[in-house]
Amino acid sequence: MSFASNHPTRRDQAKVMSRAELTRRLVARLDHEEAVIGGIGFANFELWGAGQRPQNFYMLGSMGLAVPIALGVALAQPSRRVVALEGDGSMLMQLGALATVAGLAPKNLIVVIQDNGAYQITGGQPTAASVADLVAVARASGLAQSAWAADEGDFEEMVVRALREDGPWVIGTRIDSAKPEATTERDPARIRDQFMRGLGVKR
Amino acid sequence: MPSPEAPAAGAPWYRLAIDAFKAHDIRLVTYVPDNVLRPLIEAVHADPFFTAFATTREEEALGILTGAWMGGTRGILLMQTSGFATLPNAIASLAVPFQIPLLMMVSERGTLGEFNQGQALVAKTMRPVLDALALEHHTLSRLDEVSFILDRAIRQAVATQAPACFILSPLLTGGKVFAA
Repeated sequence: MSFASNHPTRRDQAKVMSRAELTRRLVARLDHEEAVIGGIGFANFELWGAGQRPQNFYMLGSMGLAVPIALGVALAQPSRRVVALEGDGSMLMQLGALATVAGLAPKNLIVVIQDNGAYQITGGQPTAASVADLVAVARASGLAQSAWAADEGDFEEMVVRALREDGPWVIGTRIDSAKPEATTERDPARIRDQFMRGLGVKR
Repeated sequence: MPSPEAPAAGAPWYRLAIDAFKAHDIRLVTYVPDNVLRPLIEAVHADPFFTAFATTREEEALGILTGAWMGGTRGILLMQTSGFATLPNAIASLAVPFQIPLLMMVSERGTLGEFNQGQALVAKTMRPVLDALALEHHTLSRLDEVSFILDRAIRQAVATQAPACFILSPLLTGGKVFAA
């Protein structure tokens, strides 16, 4: 059974959902110290707001690098699940990363795309994500297990499956443009140190 | 394991680099290819000690190495001069503030016989950018200095949690010359 066949195949078939609620639902499903890499912007703020965990890494710039960072963690720690949480504008900036992930096929990597079709943090300018369906791009990049979440329940089912079964996975979510519920504390040295302790690399 | 102070007699630069990587447990090699780097790239692919692969952009490779370092695996990014020129934002917003000992090795184009104007110009930006970011960088131009520089600079990068860049001069590698 293909992953895609159980879920909407096109972006416009997916429900627009609350970014905050989806992020909370994702974090609530993490029970094995899974690593989460938050890209920049509101995806990052919402991850912070969903509750800080030692296994969360919050990027503070370097737009587009959440998937590569997550891939690096996934290669270094193959027994840990690693989630990249990335916005549509950021994904568009580093599309080649999807092909690199496909080539390496790490079983423990999950990419969650939060797509509201806008550069929200800079004033809501439209991105090209309404033209270039990012899940279709992921699939065409060689990531067969890529699909849109139909609704909140579907999203949770996809997350649960991706946390249990071999990846790599790409889960597309259409999200709203609400103001995030929190703002990430911008202390990079502390973020990195806590993350490395959370991953058991430092003691 | 060969000591950095006593490199194998007659070993080419890329063999010395591999010895230094192994001595410091640098297992992950990400790269955007370059002709001068080819023997090094082929050697790491042939050696099961290393995980080596090409990325679509140098920035992407930097991100992968950052994640790998935080996950407990050391790596190095191989690229050419023009590739380094794509990196300042990622270095300034990720590697430096998050205190990542990002190791970079750049095949130096743009000097000592360059035939491509674009390479010649972008090469002029490399050392000023490295200096502006206050990054440790070393130009490898003599075979008898390669092992010492790599060993000491890698130690320093890890100890001080700071990036380091190694520039492979055509004086060392022979560079790339125009096939007339």
